[in-house]
Amino acid sequence: MLKINNLHVSVGDKPILKGLTLDVPAGEVHAIMGPNGAGKSTLGYALSGRPGYEATEGAVSWKGDDLLGLDPAERAARGVFLSFQYPLEIPGVPAMTFIRTALNAQKRARGEEEVSAPAFLKMVRAASSALKMDFDMLKRPLNVGFSGGEKKRMEILQMALLEPSLLILDETDSGLDIDALRIVSEGVNALRSPERSMLVITHYQRLLDYIKPDRVHVLAAGRIVASGGPELAHQLEAEGYDRYVAEAA
Amino acid sequence: MNALPLIDLKDASSFPSRRVEAWKYSDLRKVLREAPAPSPSAAVPVVGGGPFEALGGEAMVFVNGRAVGVDTLMAAGTQTLRLRFISRAEGTGHAATARISARAGAKLLLLETHEGSGSAYVAHNRLELDVARGAEVIRVVLVEEPADAISVTQAEVRVEAGGVYRQTVLTTGAKLQRIETQLLHFAQGADVRLDGAYALAGERHADLTTVVDHVAADGLTSQMTKGVVRDTARGVFQGKIIVERGADGTDARMQHHALILGERGEIDAKPELIIYADDVQCAHGNTVGNLDESALFYMQQRGIPAEEARALLVEAFLIEVVDRIAHDGAREVARTWLTDRL
Repeated sequence: MLKINNLHVSVGDKPILKGLTLDVPAGEVHAIMGPNGAGKSTLGYALSGRPGYEATEGAVSWKGDDLLGLDPAERAARGVFLSFQYPLEIPGVPAMTFIRTALNAQKRARGEEEVSAPAFLKMVRAASSALKMDFDMLKRPLNVGFSGGEKKRMEILQMALLEPSLLILDETDSGLDIDALRIVSEGVNALRSPERSMLVITHYQRLLDYIKPDRVHVLAAGRIVASGGPELAHQLEAEGYDRYVAEAA
Repeated sequence: MNALPLIDLKDASSFPSRRVEAWKYSDLRKVLREAPAPSPSAAVPVVGGGPFEALGGEAMVFVNGRAVGVDTLMAAGTQTLRLRFISRAEGTGHAATARISARAGAKLLLLETHEGSGSAYVAHNRLELDVARGAEVIRVVLVEEPADAISVTQAEVRVEAGGVYRQTVLTTGAKLQRIETQLLHFAQGADVRLDGAYALAGERHADLTTVVDHVAADGLTSQMTKGVVRDTARGVFQGKIIVERGADGTDARMQHHALILGERGEIDAKPELIIYADDVQCAHGNTVGNLDESALFYMQQRGIPAEEARALLVEAFLIEVVDRIAHDGAREVARTWLTDRL
């Protein structure tokens, strides 16, 4: 399981997370909701090890490993996957090459056997058709010229192929229309399993109609200020974050 | 007015210094104060057929400046020529000139390699190339030389009406290395592409200079040069396009993009468009930067270790130039050649 204890993270000299504590047991889906500027994206970056997001205090352990002591690729090999709010474009690297390189790098790091090109091709065909993706898109440079919806679908495809055990979805619904949202959510839901933990970071409750959380946490001013069941998300949607922002300040 | 200075290896006073505008980033005189002693003519056995051996065709070979066989070719029909400038010298200098023309309607695949070994030599290689009416020439140049070599390669290319010329230069640099192309759009409707890629490490220096003169109407010029420098290496790109009075309908585009990996590398880029005609389209773009840190993090987040991610991005950046090579076989050789040297 994921255990975050009293995590403080600064970006530059600016403290963003100020004592965040959170446990996500295996198999559970937890939503992190909060106003703009609360530190939601920072949490995702800090867990995945983005340079410049420095943990100044506290601890994060994932399946017993101290995550903060690992570089981003090592964390990925241990199952950490951050789905980006704005997935990056990688010019010149075809999507398929990218994913296969990533998969085999992870397997090498774990001491597993690499996947051969034909076996990988088979995996990609199955996974892309499940997501209703045009296979030719995978031959194009990753995310270059893709629409917002296509980029998010590409993120889900990567999840399906890399099979991470800790999924962090950062504002996965942003820029998606209803149809794309449904397809993406179905993709995420298909990955729910007793071994996999998910952290769904979102500003709006909308996404949680599609990806039903076990627990909902409110992040304000760098800390978790309230936790509850799925009903908390509806309450936030009705009442807004003002109360929590005022309390946190 | 637009001609680049002539160099004669036997005459040190012909070596341009940085005070000559066209050589200001590649000070030849600074690294070569005296005329080098001539390289020995002792027969050096030519082993193998060079990097393009697998593509067959005829060969024109120069060893230490001396032609082993012919130094002139008139191409007709469809032909492949491997033009090899081989340097095997220690501290000496040599010069060679190859004269090649593609007759009207000919298709010539010109595979040029600069194969240097030994050390501290000075090489001056010239190519005079005529592309006749309706002829098509693809010239792919691979340059590999020792880190302490000095070399100047000068190509003068004349393209006649409706001629097609495609050039791609790939190099890893040398102590001071200049690869010049002077191209003349001599008659209407020539279609020209001048591409290049440099990957430099250590203290290497490569200078890709082109001067394209549109004197006739409806000429097309498309240039894409990309480069990567590491350590204290220095990359130079100078691209000059002149559109003379009357060269209406000219369409000329020039791009140069470079990455500086490391704190002490240097790129000097000088794009110039000089336009005397009215009805023309000209554009140039030039960028120098570092690898995109966000993209690097994204790749690492997916499990690709930092070094591997960097290498993948650098290769993808440069390979765009290779992808533009119109001949399949030559493109694959060039791709392997380049990726092996990154």
